[in-house]
Amino acid sequence: MSTVKLTVNGKSVSATVEDRTLLVHLLRENLNLTGTHVGCDTSQCGACIVHIDGKAVKSCTTLVGQIDGANVTTIEGIAKGDQLHPMQAAFRDNHGLQCGYCTPGMIMSAIDIVNRHAGDLDEETVRHELEGNICRCTGYHNIVKSVLDAAGRMKVAQAAE
Amino acid sequence: MGVEGIGARVARKEDKRFITGRGRYVDDVKIVGLTHAHFIRSPHAHAKVKGIDASAAKDMPGVVDVLTAQQLVDDKIGNLICGWAVSSKDGTPMKMGAWPAMAPDTVRFVGQAVAVVIAETKNQAKDAAEAVVVTYEELPAVSSMTAALASGAPQLHPEAPGNVVYDWAIGDEKLTNDAFSKAANVVSLDLTNNRLVPNAMEPRAAVAEYDDAEEHFTLHTTSQNPHVARLVLSAFYNIAQEHKLRVIAPDVGGGFGSKIFIYPEEMVALWASKKVRRPVKWTGDRTEAFLTDAHGRDHISHAEMAFDANNRILGLRVKTHANFGAYMSLFSSSVPTYLYATLLSGQYNIPTIYAEVMGVYTNTTPVDAYRGAGRPEASYLVERLMETSARQLKVDPAELRRINFVTQFPHQTPVIMAYDIGDFGASLDAALKAIDYAGFPARKAKAKAAGKLRGLGFSCYIEACGIAPSKAVGSLGAGVGLWESAEVRVNPVGTIEVLTGSHSHGQGHETTFAQLVADRLGISVDQVQIVHGDTDKVQFGMGTYGSRSAAVGMSAIFKAMEKVEAKAKKIAAHLLEASEGDIVIENGEFKVAGTDKAIALPMVALAAYTAHNLPDGMEPGLKEGAFYDPTNFTFPAGAYICEVEIDPGTGKTDIVDFVAVDDFGRLINPMIVEGQVHGGLAQGIGQAMLESAIYDDNGQPVTASFMDYAMPRADDVPSFRVSHTTTLCPGNPLGVKGCGEAGAIGSSPAVINAITDALGHNKIEMPATPGRVWEALQLQQAAE
Repeated sequence: MSTVKLTVNGKSVSATVEDRTLLVHLLRENLNLTGTHVGCDTSQCGACIVHIDGKAVKSCTTLVGQIDGANVTTIEGIAKGDQLHPMQAAFRDNHGLQCGYCTPGMIMSAIDIVNRHAGDLDEETVRHELEGNICRCTGYHNIVKSVLDAAGRMKVAQAAE
Repeated sequence: MGVEGIGARVARKEDKRFITGRGRYVDDVKIVGLTHAHFIRSPHAHAKVKGIDASAAKDMPGVVDVLTAQQLVDDKIGNLICGWAVSSKDGTPMKMGAWPAMAPDTVRFVGQAVAVVIAETKNQAKDAAEAVVVTYEELPAVSSMTAALASGAPQLHPEAPGNVVYDWAIGDEKLTNDAFSKAANVVSLDLTNNRLVPNAMEPRAAVAEYDDAEEHFTLHTTSQNPHVARLVLSAFYNIAQEHKLRVIAPDVGGGFGSKIFIYPEEMVALWASKKVRRPVKWTGDRTEAFLTDAHGRDHISHAEMAFDANNRILGLRVKTHANFGAYMSLFSSSVPTYLYATLLSGQYNIPTIYAEVMGVYTNTTPVDAYRGAGRPEASYLVERLMETSARQLKVDPAELRRINFVTQFPHQTPVIMAYDIGDFGASLDAALKAIDYAGFPARKAKAKAAGKLRGLGFSCYIEACGIAPSKAVGSLGAGVGLWESAEVRVNPVGTIEVLTGSHSHGQGHETTFAQLVADRLGISVDQVQIVHGDTDKVQFGMGTYGSRSAAVGMSAIFKAMEKVEAKAKKIAAHLLEASEGDIVIENGEFKVAGTDKAIALPMVALAAYTAHNLPDGMEPGLKEGAFYDPTNFTFPAGAYICEVEIDPGTGKTDIVDFVAVDDFGRLINPMIVEGQVHGGLAQGIGQAMLESAIYDDNGQPVTASFMDYAMPRADDVPSFRVSHTTTLCPGNPLGVKGCGEAGAIGSSPAVINAITDALGHNKIEMPATPGRVWEALQLQQAAE
């Protein structure tokens, strides 16, 4: 067992967990943050993606013990109150989701993609960058549209700040 | 139409919870005292179970119990059922072996469960499972249909000699043979329709709870049809009576058919919750999904088409072998028969068809309906054959199709289906225009100059949806009727709840169904709540599959709405002192036509519930239900054209353009319809270029993870160009046909036809991976 201190969605969390505990299980089982999903067992699907210190990471492949002191953001933590994150809004406006299961991971991954490319994205780049996220419903068409739309919105939002 | 009515691109009402991480899926359900189940599964494709020693496991930390297959037998729990009786052509019923939820004596595929550990945590259950010692005596296995049908092959079930489930046929054999004897040309083709794994992103899961005092069960489960699950669980398995079992299918993360069926794990969780007197949760991992979710497709076919001297089709002859895996899953028997062979006429006038289908047992995961279910296999066969014929007869492939299109409706095919309406030429014309067919030779030449091979492939598909008229499917052997139910409840303040037997697992019913109500009453979709997926709330329903929710589910809502509106008009007329016949509904008001007299919906609703001033003899309240049984299947159809470019150096194929023109009848929400097509196209392209479930000769699956089974990813598929032509379905009040499966049905033949066009020969099978394409190119060069 080990005790780890984290910041999760802005709140301090201290957890004593078995050494084999994965971040996704801490989030889902201990913290009731069930928006982060598990879609595979080989780190391929990306349904579990969260941000650790601002970077997209697969929480199914991260031991809680590895990230003592880290700042974790999940899908539940990106809206500001009732104001959706531009990526969330873009997914809704572009019908970028169907069953919703891969969506949290897609959104967390996509925010990181936009951040890394400073909003300067084209379709080919988005498709290539999304290779670590699997969706079975949308055929990716509207997900790509959503990410490109959000890239524009995030640029505007950043300019306004 | 209002801004939120039929035909409007309304943003989805359900999205907020999904994009904020507040969807509620089965694994999210937590109950005090919850235990966790982990199944012990056979590592062998075929073996005798000689013994299970769970004594050490039972002493491990957190272990509540270890339950074995024999305990299921002792408790007289029923075997899994197949709900569609199909007979062989000699009249004998299909030959089925028993499928116990856990195998007491013989395992017949890798992954079949033999015991289950129940523990305080998932990890404790997994740890203890490693301490359960199962002794097997391995038996020889058959992993392919060829091996299963060979003389002297290992036999799976004593009930099915030769591993044959049925040897079925449809159509007139003599008439068809006569047509072939008169043919000017005969084109033949051998085809394999590869086995696929549905892979909904949410793995299957169940949370079962038993209330000792009430002798009542609650099951949260990943189901496309919770009422059917309750019916089957209660009527056949002897676990709970129907009125003592509540089945809830909350948010479900995709289905594609795989969540229609009632699986061993959900059954065992329910049974175990009573055994251990604690709630039990089982959540499958992806490997378990690969091993135990019903797979799809897996046909081997030989097809021949006869043409006269004018290139008109005279007849079609088909022989198909369908792999069922080790057991007959819930609707498996119907998939390669009534959902496949009945669509072999495609969009064409074919005077006579004869198709034989042999269903075969193998030591592999059971096979059942997967998005399209039989219809993709039919369209792949017909459309590959049409393209091959065009090349062989040296006719333009669009022209060959056009001269053989059905143009008069209704059209009775020789294989049961009666097409009600369509305009196949219109879809093809629109697709040809969109792809710029005339410009293709120039594009091909340009690609050639750049060292690339371009190809263009067609697919003019048709499918039978809106499943289905109960009487018709009953006469064909179905164990259930396939109507749908709805209840419309107008609350005293005028907001509306619609209870539906359809189930949404990504299709957006909470929005489209609300649009129907909004359209009829002239109110906002925000005033309408769609309730589904809970047998305690919705009385009964047949669920969602076979693109039936608009055509059947919404038609039931339509009928219930008509009843609600009729009663509300009576109340409004009474309150306005007007004649009932003069009342019209506009913008949420009941108006006296041609006057300024009106009363708003909330006032009518309130009057219905206060009952202070209702017409004499009228019952209080404003709530109506309806059952809708369709009169025919619906027939969505369309034309898809795929253009590919192959790099001959690597065999890598890029889809450079994909045009889909579908006729779905009336569109309720075009945005959602387009999304359904996109997803279906990706699945069809996945089948054509990437996906294949592979077993080795011993029945070991070698593609049981996302590392080995190639799922389509964002950079494997293009952006799609999707558009529509419209003929309204005459068979239902909304004129809708259904859109859920079309993309998966129509796309794989278009892709392969494009690849074979680029290759210049037909010797390639799905999935056309870069390796296979490269090999096919070497074959061609060797021939040259």
